[in-house]
Amino acid sequence: MRESDTKLHHLDARLIWAGYREMIPLSIFVSAFGAAFGLAAIQAGLSGSSIIAMSTLVFAGAAQFAALKLWGAQVPFFTIMITVFAVNARHLLMGSSLYPWLRHLSRPKRYGVMVVASDANWAMSMRSFSVGEPGLGLLFGGGVALWSFWVLGTWLGVYFGNAVRDPKALGLDMVMGCFLLAMVVRGEKSLRMSAAWAVAAFASLLAYWYLPENSHVIVGALAGGITGIFWKEQGDER
Amino acid sequence: MSVETAGMGTLVIVLGMSVVTLATRWGGVYVMSFVPVSKVKQFINAMSGSVLIAVLTPLAVTGDHAAKAALLTTAFVMLLLKKPLPAIAAGVTAAAILRQM
Repeated sequence: MRESDTKLHHLDARLIWAGYREMIPLSIFVSAFGAAFGLAAIQAGLSGSSIIAMSTLVFAGAAQFAALKLWGAQVPFFTIMITVFAVNARHLLMGSSLYPWLRHLSRPKRYGVMVVASDANWAMSMRSFSVGEPGLGLLFGGGVALWSFWVLGTWLGVYFGNAVRDPKALGLDMVMGCFLLAMVVRGEKSLRMSAAWAVAAFASLLAYWYLPENSHVIVGALAGGITGIFWKEQGDER
Repeated sequence: MSVETAGMGTLVIVLGMSVVTLATRWGGVYVMSFVPVSKVKQFINAMSGSVLIAVLTPLAVTGDHAAKAALLTTAFVMLLLKKPLPAIAAGVTAAAILRQM
């Protein structure tokens, strides 16, 4: 028992199922957001089947909404690809932050788990690791929950979208923001973290105002990470 | 290069988007497999929290009153109850109420 407790990268059916169940409440919110996407995509002129294909294969809400803004009879291919990359570039950082645990998995498992990585399940698995609990079940099981509810919500929005004609009026655009903030509030707190966060906040704002669109997450996160290297605290072994 | 969205064009774009997104999900993990973990531990540790801060700060500063109220309410309920779901529900409700007014 004790030995398995120390293996934070452990991943089995029970942990995946537990992760799935833990993510269901938030996934219900996410499906409402998916319904909003389905309706917006219909209004932008996409067919029902291609909208559902997009949610199934892309599974990245912010990037999908960004693509809709560029939609028309003619669509600039590379502009969409660059936009999708910029909006989703935070996945690069999430993947690298998970690597210390993912490296213990076989390569197919490692990359298989990452297929469903997104903001909420990543944040929950990182939090799990930080308190000494296994987190990869949350990452994968939670990811499958988010993905299935995202697709289900999209489908509902395509066919019964009128209930979410105005998602902003229902506050649905704030679901992810509120969730991520809740994760910040219960996260690790130390002087080093506060310094990193202050730098990240400042850098992300500057990037938001003065650098190309969608660059603020990467710029802020890298600035915070670099601060973490140079901010030495008592008790550091190096 | 522009793509006609009639016919197969939409499928091409959807597949392109999914490949690009998958590349972002895999890329970070792949690059890290060439980097010794012990060297970048502090960087990763500080960076992972900073991702959240970098998403939230522009949202909080440039959002409308409802967005700000949603975030404040979430933080307050989270500090009070230490449970994410009531905190999120309260935040979303706050935004909805302000936008109805």
